[in-house]
Amino acid sequence: MIRQTEEIKSRTQIASIMHRLKKNKLAMLGLFVLLFMIVIAIFAGVIANYDTAVIGQNISIRLSKPSAEHWFGTDQFGRDIFARIIHGARISLSMSIIAMTIAVTIGAVIGSVAGYYGGVIDNVLMRFMDILLAIPPILMSISIVAALGQSIPNLLIALAIAYIPVFARVIRSTILSIKDQEFIEAARACGSSNRRIIMAHIIPNAIGPIIVQATLAMGATILIIASLSFMGLGVKPPAPEWGTMLYEGREFLKQAPYLVLFPGGAITISVISLNLLGDGLRDSLDPRLKN
Amino acid sequence: MGKYILQRLGMMVFVVLGISFIIFVIMSLTPGNPAILILGQSASPDQIAALEEKMGLNNPFFVRYFDYIGNMLHGDFGNSYLTGLPVFDDIFSRFPTTLKLSALAMFFAALVGIPVGVISAIRQYSFVDAISTTLALLFASIPNFVLGLILMLVFSLNLHMFPATGVQSFASYVLPALTLSAMTMATLVRMTRSTMLEVLKQDYIRTARSKGATERSIVLTHALRNALLPVITVIGVDFGYLLGGTVVIESVFSIPGIGTLLITAIRMKDTPVVMAAIMFVTLAYSLVNLTVDIIYAFIDPRIKSQYEKR
Repeated sequence: MIRQTEEIKSRTQIASIMHRLKKNKLAMLGLFVLLFMIVIAIFAGVIANYDTAVIGQNISIRLSKPSAEHWFGTDQFGRDIFARIIHGARISLSMSIIAMTIAVTIGAVIGSVAGYYGGVIDNVLMRFMDILLAIPPILMSISIVAALGQSIPNLLIALAIAYIPVFARVIRSTILSIKDQEFIEAARACGSSNRRIIMAHIIPNAIGPIIVQATLAMGATILIIASLSFMGLGVKPPAPEWGTMLYEGREFLKQAPYLVLFPGGAITISVISLNLLGDGLRDSLDPRLKN
Repeated sequence: MGKYILQRLGMMVFVVLGISFIIFVIMSLTPGNPAILILGQSASPDQIAALEEKMGLNNPFFVRYFDYIGNMLHGDFGNSYLTGLPVFDDIFSRFPTTLKLSALAMFFAALVGIPVGVISAIRQYSFVDAISTTLALLFASIPNFVLGLILMLVFSLNLHMFPATGVQSFASYVLPALTLSAMTMATLVRMTRSTMLEVLKQDYIRTARSKGATERSIVLTHALRNALLPVITVIGVDFGYLLGGTVVIESVFSIPGIGTLLITAIRMKDTPVVMAAIMFVTLAYSLVNLTVDIIYAFIDPRIKSQYEKR
C-alpha cells in the first residue's frame, strides 16, 4: 500500500517535471537537436562510408569549396568534411557519455558514502574532492594525458577524474537534505539495510540534480576533448574528431576557412543544445519555479 | 576578521599541499626513465645508474615528494630534462605574459558583462535583453579556440587590424584577451541579470522607490551593490577557467606564455617543466580564490558579523 502511493507520487512528480520541461521551448529545441545528433551518430556509417569518405584521401579534389557534391567542402587531403563531421559526432558523443557514466558512478558512490555516514569519512572524502576541484578540469586532463600518454582510454580516465568531485558533491548535498526525513526513518524502522536505503531511497531522489549536472558537464567534456585534440593531445588523426579537424585545418585558415568553421560550428551547436537542455531541466526541477 | 583570514589561509595551505601531491602522483606515473631521457640511448649503464642516484630516482616515493616540496619552497622546481636549465627561470619569465593575458580578459569580461547584465535585467524581455541573452548563450558554448580562429581570420588576416600572433605590443593582446574573455563574459551577463532580477523584486527596492529615489540611483546604488556579491564569486571561480583557457589560447595565437611552454614540454616529455607549469597555474588559481574570499568577507556583512560576534 505504502509502496503504491509512493509510486503514484513519484509518477506525478516526473509527469509535472516533464510538463514544465515541455513548456520550455529552448530546452525542447536543445533536446531535439541532441536527439537529432544522436540519430546521425548512430547512422553515420549509412550516411557516409568511413573508409572512402572519412579517412580515404583523394588529393585531386583537395581544398574544394562547399558544393552540391561536398556540402561542407573537402580538406587538405580531399576528405569530405561533411562525412567527417557526421562520424565525428560518434566520437564526441560516445566519449562524453562514457566519461560522464564513469564520473557519475564513482561520484555517486563517494558522495553517498560521505553524505550517509557523515563524520570522519565525510570529512576525509570531501576534503579530497575539494582538492580535486581546485585543479581546473582542463589542466587536470592535460596532466593525466601528459603522464599516461595520448590515447582515448586515458582521455576518458582524465575526464572522469576531473568530473568525479562535481557529482560527489551534488549527491552528497541531496543526501544531506533527505537523510533525516521521515521516509528514510520509516525504511530503517522496517529493517532496511544501509545499502538498501542508499540504493532504493536515496539515489532515486538524487537523480534529478545528477541528470542536470551530467547534461551540463557533457557539454563541458565535449569542449575539453576538442580543446585537447586541437592542441594535439587528444584524439589522434586521421580520426575525424572535431577538435582534431580544427588542429589539422587551422593552417589553411585564410585559404579555406570552411575547414575550421564547420567543425567549429558542430562543436558549438552540440554544446549549445546540451546547455539549453541542462538549463531547462534545472528550471523544471526547481520547485520554486513550479507555477 | 583576522581569524577568518587565518582560517582561509590555513585551508589554502592544505589545498595547495593536496594539489601538489595529486599532480606529483600523476606525473610519477609517466613511463620511461628520466636518466635515459637526459643522457640518451647511447649512455652506459654506469652513467645511467650514477645519474639516477644523483637525481634521487631510487628513493622511495614519499622521500621524492617531500624533496620536491622542500625544493619548491626555495623556488627550485628542478631542471629541465632537455636544456638542463632551472625550470623556475623559464616559468618566471613567461608567467607575466600569461597573467597579463588572463587579467586583461577578466577586465574585458567584467567591463562588458556586468553592464550588459544590468541592462538586460532592467529591460527584461525587451529586444536588447533577447539579443544579449542569445549572445551570452553563444559565447558560453563556442569553444574558445574556434572563436579565436574566427577573430583571427576576420580582424587580422582580412582586416589587418591586429597582429595574428606573438606579443610585440599591446595590440597583440587584444584578440587573445577578447577570445579568452568570451565565456566569462557570458557567465557574468547571465549571473548579473538573474541576481539583478531577484534583487529588484526585494522590499527595500520598493521602499527606495516609494521614498522617491530616482530610477538611476535605485539601479546603481540600491540594486547593483547587492547583486554584485554573487558576481564577485563568479569572477574568482572563473579566473581558474581563464588561467586554464590561456593554455589553449596561447597556442592559437602563438603567445610565449606558460601555456605554450606546457604544451611543448608535454610533447618533449620534459616532466619537470610540465609539473612546474601545472603547479604554477593551479597555485595562481588558489591565490586568486583566496583573495576573492577575503574581499567577499569584507563586502558581505553577513560573514563579517559572524566573525565579529565571537
